[in-house]
Amino acid sequence: MLSYTIRRVLSIIPVLLGLLIIISLLIEFIPGDPARVMLGQHVSEEALASLREKMGLDKPFHVRLGIYMFNLFQGNWGDSIREGRPVLTILLERFPATFELTIFAMVFSSVFGVFLGVVSAWRQYSIWDYSGMIIALIGISMPVFWLGLMMIYIFSLQLGLMPFGGRISTELALSSPTGFYTLDALINLNLKALGDVLLHLTMPGIALGTIPMAMITRMTRSSMLEVLNQDYIRTARAKGLKETRILLGHAFRNALMPVITVVGLNFGILLGGAILTETVFSWPGLGTWLLDSIHARDYPAVQGGVLFIGAAFVIINLLVDLSYAWINPKVKYE
Amino acid sequence: MILNNRNQKGTSLFRNAFRQLKRNKLAIAGMIIIGAFIFMAAFANFITPYDPIKQDWSQVQKSPSLEHPLGTDELGRDLLTRIIFGARISMTIGVISVSIGLFFGGLIGLSAGYFGGWIDSILMRFMDIMLAIPYVLLAIAIVAILGPDLWNTMIAVGVVTIPRFARIARSSVLEIKSKDYVEAIRALGAGHRRILIHHILVNSLSPLIVQSTLTLASAILNAAALGFLGLGAQPPTPEWGAMLSDGRKVLLISPWIVTFPGIAIMLSVLGFNMLGDGLRDALDPRMKDSQ
Repeated sequence: MLSYTIRRVLSIIPVLLGLLIIISLLIEFIPGDPARVMLGQHVSEEALASLREKMGLDKPFHVRLGIYMFNLFQGNWGDSIREGRPVLTILLERFPATFELTIFAMVFSSVFGVFLGVVSAWRQYSIWDYSGMIIALIGISMPVFWLGLMMIYIFSLQLGLMPFGGRISTELALSSPTGFYTLDALINLNLKALGDVLLHLTMPGIALGTIPMAMITRMTRSSMLEVLNQDYIRTARAKGLKETRILLGHAFRNALMPVITVVGLNFGILLGGAILTETVFSWPGLGTWLLDSIHARDYPAVQGGVLFIGAAFVIINLLVDLSYAWINPKVKYE
Repeated sequence: MILNNRNQKGTSLFRNAFRQLKRNKLAIAGMIIIGAFIFMAAFANFITPYDPIKQDWSQVQKSPSLEHPLGTDELGRDLLTRIIFGARISMTIGVISVSIGLFFGGLIGLSAGYFGGWIDSILMRFMDIMLAIPYVLLAIAIVAILGPDLWNTMIAVGVVTIPRFARIARSSVLEIKSKDYVEAIRALGAGHRRILIHHILVNSLSPLIVQSTLTLASAILNAAALGFLGLGAQPPTPEWGAMLSDGRKVLLISPWIVTFPGIAIMLSVLGFNMLGDGLRDALDPRMKDSQ
């Protein structure tokens, strides 16, 4: 386990390095003078020169990359041009909002996806199976931003049941030591706030979790079907075990590995999809901030934001991989 | 002689696949949906009497009626007309970006698998890095740098699909390369190019066709997402994602402006996904039921 862990941890270094190079290279491809693109047409030559120097635009690419890397490791991710504050500070402030939403979507998609998948496989070719598969097919074809807007229209604007954006109602003041509002509400023992925060999480979480839910449903179904055709399931049935016991105790446990893989892989889709979902629901997370930075041509912020989300994705994948090895010892010997 | 045999094998593979496909109701439904969108895209000018771009201030935000079956948008344009013309844009984006992915991904995968060694390592490590970035994020980053417009959307959405094609092409090359007949052809003196194009590429077609169809679905979805974020096609282009984004501001008063473009996006993506699933079952039974 230790040698596998070390190998796997070391393997992310070239990936992170590559990510860094690609992101730095992107600046090279800005048509025209990046400093002028960032500051606009009507600025003094001095301001342009000072930005060029600050961002190292006057130096060749490899020197600039070296300086950027050196600074990164010292916690200096540059300053956002738009906000005039350190990029890393902003990223860390915004991260809990996105992460909380992602986790909520993950839980939603896993619970419903696994349930639909198990039922579909258990009653293969029944009406349950067909409905489950059609839900999954529509789910993977769903533009999440549209689903979000439709939910807002129906549940917020027409029925008035749900808040249509943000993380918490404005009248509720919640001190936020962790940045994760659900945790903060628990720490403060504020049940009213907890309910409100969960209500705000519901629609964005469902919108974000739809595509992963569909993928998990399909994976669970095919994995369950494979296991249900095994001899030991027939043996269990012949022994006269209860159907629920066979389904959950025998089949589901053995069908779980591929499902966990898909759940893990979906973190990336969620982090990417969060940009869309956050825009629809005015969620104050990394996605909305990155998008605003793009529209404002705030390149240090864009660079830092993409790097941060990319690195988070790589690290989460690493943790998922390590947890497989822990659950399933066979993985290590591949 | 050899040529004849190869053709026969090729036709029977596809004939078999087509026979299977005809029995798959979902795949047929998918083909019908795609056919309808292609028809709309091809004959947009003849289907509708309205102009997709010209504004008509006397017809602003009219709800669906006989005159305007899907209503009009916030600038008085017939929504159905814009959706029909939008089909042209989405289909074009899908085809061009998948072509970009297929061409470069195929080239990278073929060379990596065929030549092996350090070429393989470098190319595939690079693909791994691209896969390590969530693809919506990568597409956004590319468009952010190149600037938001229709062409850059196609480039961004296409570039993002390269690693998937590269992996598939590589793994089929690795499988076919070790077959005896490839060794025999090489012994007969065939060059790299002949082996790659006439033998390996032809035999890795099925997984690539399946992947292309499924990738078309995600390309349309990603392009619409970029349009929605304001990073894709710019107004007044009738692009579905951008239309949806414009309609957001008047969601409460005129919900149809958001509803119908969204349905168009979903249906077209659904069509390609249904056909792709059917093709996968027909052409490539090994990939059945897997994502």
